[in-house]
Amino acid sequence: MGEEKKEERKIRVLIAKPGLNGHDRGAKVVARGLRDAGMEVIYTGLRQTPEQIVETAIQEDVDVVGLSILSGAHMTLLPKVVQLLRERGADDVLVIAGGIIPTEDIPKLKEAGIAEVFLPGAPISKIVEFIKKNVRKRR
Amino acid sequence: MAEGDIEFVERIAEGVLRGDVRSIARAISIVENEPRLAPLLISKIFPYTGRAHIVGVTGPPGSGKSSLIAKLAKIWRKDGKKIGIIAVDPTSPFTGGALLGDRIRMQELTGDKDVYIRSMASRGSLDGLSRATRDAIKILDAAGKDIIIVETVGAGQAEVGIVKVAHTVLVVLCPGLGDEIQFLKAGIMEIGDIFVVNKADIGDADRVVLEIENILEMASEFLPQKPAWAPLVIKTSVITNEGIEKLVRSIEEHYAYIRGTSEGEFVRDKIIEELVDIIGENVREYARHLITKDSMCNEILERVLKKDIDPYTAARKILAEMLKRREF
Ligand SMILES: Nc1nc2c(ncn2[C@@H]2O[C@H](COP(=O)(O)OP(=O)(O)O)[C@@H](O)[C@H]2O)c(=O)[nH]1
Ligand SMILES: [Mg+2]
Repeated sequence: MGEEKKEERKIRVLIAKPGLNGHDRGAKVVARGLRDAGMEVIYTGLRQTPEQIVETAIQEDVDVVGLSILSGAHMTLLPKVVQLLRERGADDVLVIAGGIIPTEDIPKLKEAGIAEVFLPGAPISKIVEFIKKNVRKRR
Repeated sequence: MAEGDIEFVERIAEGVLRGDVRSIARAISIVENEPRLAPLLISKIFPYTGRAHIVGVTGPPGSGKSSLIAKLAKIWRKDGKKIGIIAVDPTSPFTGGALLGDRIRMQELTGDKDVYIRSMASRGSLDGLSRATRDAIKILDAAGKDIIIVETVGAGQAEVGIVKVAHTVLVVLCPGLGDEIQFLKAGIMEIGDIFVVNKADIGDADRVVLEIENILEMASEFLPQKPAWAPLVIKTSVITNEGIEKLVRSIEEHYAYIRGTSEGEFVRDKIIEELVDIIGENVREYARHLITKDSMCNEILERVLKKDIDPYTAARKILAEMLKRREF
C-alpha cells in the first residue's frame, strides 16, 4: 500500500551570487518569487566562489542552480560553475543565470552550458515556467 | 519495487556508509521524496547508526542559532570531529514553498570536506521535525558524523519534536526579542538542557539570563525531586566570541552526563516514539484508503453520514476490517 502515496517531488533551487561586488536585492526577489511558486529555495548570500556554489549544490542535492550576477565577470564565473558541476558528476543540474549581461554574450554562455539567461526586469513567472519545463527528472 | 530501484538504493546506501557527499545528499532526497524507497534505504544503514552525538538547537527566529552553529562546528572541527548539520525552516502553508537561508551564516564551513550541511523544509510536520528529518539524522549518523547539529525554529510548544531525537537540546534566546517572555512561558523552557543567551554584545543579556534563571527556579520547585542535570544558562556572543568555548565544553559535558546515566533509556524512548509514529502513519493511510476506496468500508461511511451509526462505532468496525485483512 506504499504505492498509494504520491511521490511528491518539490523542486529545490539554489540561488547564489558569485563574484565579489554588488548587492543581492535581485537575487532575494527571485528567491522569494520561486518560494511563492512552491519551490524550496536555498539562499546563500553574497560573495560565493564557483567552488562554494558547486559544493553547496551537491550537498543540498538541488535540481536548479540560479546564479545572480552583476560583476562583469560573468564570462568566467558562470561557465566555471557549469564545468565544476560536470566534474562532480552533477551535470543533470539545470543552471540558469540572471543579471546585467550583455546580450551578445548570451549565445556563448548557452554554449558553455547555461540553460537560460534572464535579464533584469524578466518577470518571475517566466523564470518559474522555464524551470518547471526544463527541470530534469533525476536519479 | 523494481529491480532498478533496489540497485539504486543499495548503491546509495553503500555510498552513505563510505561517507560520500553525493550519496548522502541523494539519500536525504530519497527520504524526503520517495516514501516507497525510504524503508529499504533505512534498513541498509540502520545497523550503523547510534554513534553520533545529536545536538538540537532551537529558539525563536533571529536569535542567532545558525551563527552559533557555525561557531560550534568550527571549534569541533579543530578537535577533529566530523560534523553534520541539518537546518530546518518552515514550509509556507499557503504555497508549499520555503526559503531556506540558514547557510548564509555558515558560509565559512562550505569547502570543509568533513562538514555536511543540509537545509530542509518542515513540509507538513506537526512538531517541527518531519519523518524525513529523523531519517536524515540516521543517514548522517551512518555516514560517520561524530556530531549532528539540528536547527529548528522553536516558537512554542508545538515545535518541540527536537527533544525526542537530540541527546542535548540548546534553546537560544537573545535580548531585545520583545516577546521573549512569551517564549519562556510557551513551553520551550521545559525542553532545554542548556539555555543560551546570545548577542551578549548588545542589549541587556544579563537581564535575560536572570529571567531565565528565575523561571527555571520556579519550575524546579514543582518537581518532586531535583533533576540530576540542572539546566545551564550561558551567555554568548558570536561577535566577540564570549562564552562560545564554554558553550562547547558544556555541550560535551551534557553528553558525557547522558552517556553515563540515561542513554539507554533515551534510545529506548526514542525508538518507541518512532515505532508508534510509523505504525500510526501506516494505519492512518490504510484507513483513508479503505474508507475512500473499499466498497464495504465506504458503506460504513455512508451510514455515518446518514446518522445511522456514530463515528466511534464506525471506526471500530473499520479497524476490525483492517485487522482482518492484514494488508499493512
Ligand atoms: N550583535 C550580534 N548579532 C548576532 C549574534 N548572533 C547572530 N547575530 C545576528 O542576528 C541575525 C540572525 O542570526 P541567525 O544566525 O540567522 O539567527 P537564527 O534565525 O536564529 O538562525 C543575523 O543578522 C546575525 O548576524 C551575536 O552574537 N551578536
Ligand atoms: Mg537560522
